[in-house]
Amino acid sequence: MFDLTGKVALVTGATGGIGEAIATALHAQGATVALTGRREAELARVAEALGGARVLVAPADLADPAAPAALVEKVEAEGGSLDILVNNAGFTRDMLALRMGDADWNAVLEVDLTAPFRLARAALRGMMKKRFGRIVSIASIVGVTGNAGQANYAAAKAGLIGMSKSLAQEVATRGVTVNVVAPGFVKTAMTDALPEAARTALLSRIPTQRMGAPEDVAAAVAYLASNEAGWVTGQTLHVNGGMAMI
Amino acid sequence: MSDTAEKVKKIVVEHLGVDEAKVTPEASFIDDLGADSLDTVELVMAFEEAFGVEIPDDAAEKITTVKDAIAYIDEKKAA
Repeated sequence: MFDLTGKVALVTGATGGIGEAIATALHAQGATVALTGRREAELARVAEALGGARVLVAPADLADPAAPAALVEKVEAEGGSLDILVNNAGFTRDMLALRMGDADWNAVLEVDLTAPFRLARAALRGMMKKRFGRIVSIASIVGVTGNAGQANYAAAKAGLIGMSKSLAQEVATRGVTVNVVAPGFVKTAMTDALPEAARTALLSRIPTQRMGAPEDVAAAVAYLASNEAGWVTGQTLHVNGGMAMI
Repeated sequence: MSDTAEKVKKIVVEHLGVDEAKVTPEASFIDDLGADSLDTVELVMAFEEAFGVEIPDDAAEKITTVKDAIAYIDEKKAA
C-alpha cells in the first residue's frame, strides 16, 4: 500500500525538521524526490542522507515571485514530471498584532500562503494533463484555533485550507487531489526554542502527552500522496496528538 | 478545410471526447459540446501547445466556438 514508485515529488522547505521527514518518507515509498530550500549545504546533506539516488536538489527562495514557476519547470524537466507537490516551506514572525507592521504581515503571507498558491498553479497544468496529481500543503493547528502572537502565521495557515478546498473543487474531475495536513506541536528547531515553562504548559493540553515527531506528520503526507487516497480531497488531516479534535 | 481547422478539430475531439460530426465551425464548446469552464481552459492550453502560440486570458475568454479558435490561431500565426 501507498507505493509511490515512479512518482516525482517536490518538497519545499526540505531542510527543516518536518520537510526532511516528509522527503524521507516519500522517498522510502519509492518516489523520486526534489528537495527545495534556501540553504544549499543543508539540501546536499539531506540528499546524501537519502542515498543520492532518486533525488533532485533544487535550491530556491520562495520569497521571489518568479521562483515557483521556475522550480516546477526545473523539476518537470529534470525529473520527467511532477506528480506530488508538498507545500511545506513556511516561517514565523511572531508578535502581538499591535506591534505587527505591514512588512511582518506581508513577509509571512508571501512565503507561507502566496508561494504555495504559485507552486500549485504552476504544477496543476501538468497534473491535469496527466489526469493525476497530489497537492498536500502543511498548515498548522493554529490556522484553525488561532494563537496569540501569530496573526500573520495563523492567517496564512487558515488561508492554505481555504485555498486547498477551492483548488480541490476545480480539479477534482482530473484525478488531482488537494489536501492539507495540519500538525499540532511537533518537536523541531522551531518548538525547541520555547521556554521550558511554555513547553510544560503545552504538553498538559495534549492528550497523548508527547510532542509530535516530524515522522508523525510525514506519514500523513505519504498517505495523502498515494493512489489509495484518491477519493480524499479538500480535506484537512489534523495530526496533533488529540490537542484539538475538529 | 485548412490545416489549422483540421488540427483544432482533432484537439477538440480528443479533449472533449465528442463525436467528430458535432465539431462544426459554429459549435460552441460549452453549449454544444458539453465543455465546462475547466475544459475550456484545458482546450486553450492544448491550442497553445499544438500551435506554439500564446493565448492571453482576455483573448481566451472570447474564444467560445470552434470557428473563433481557428480564426484566432490563424490570425496569430499570420502576425
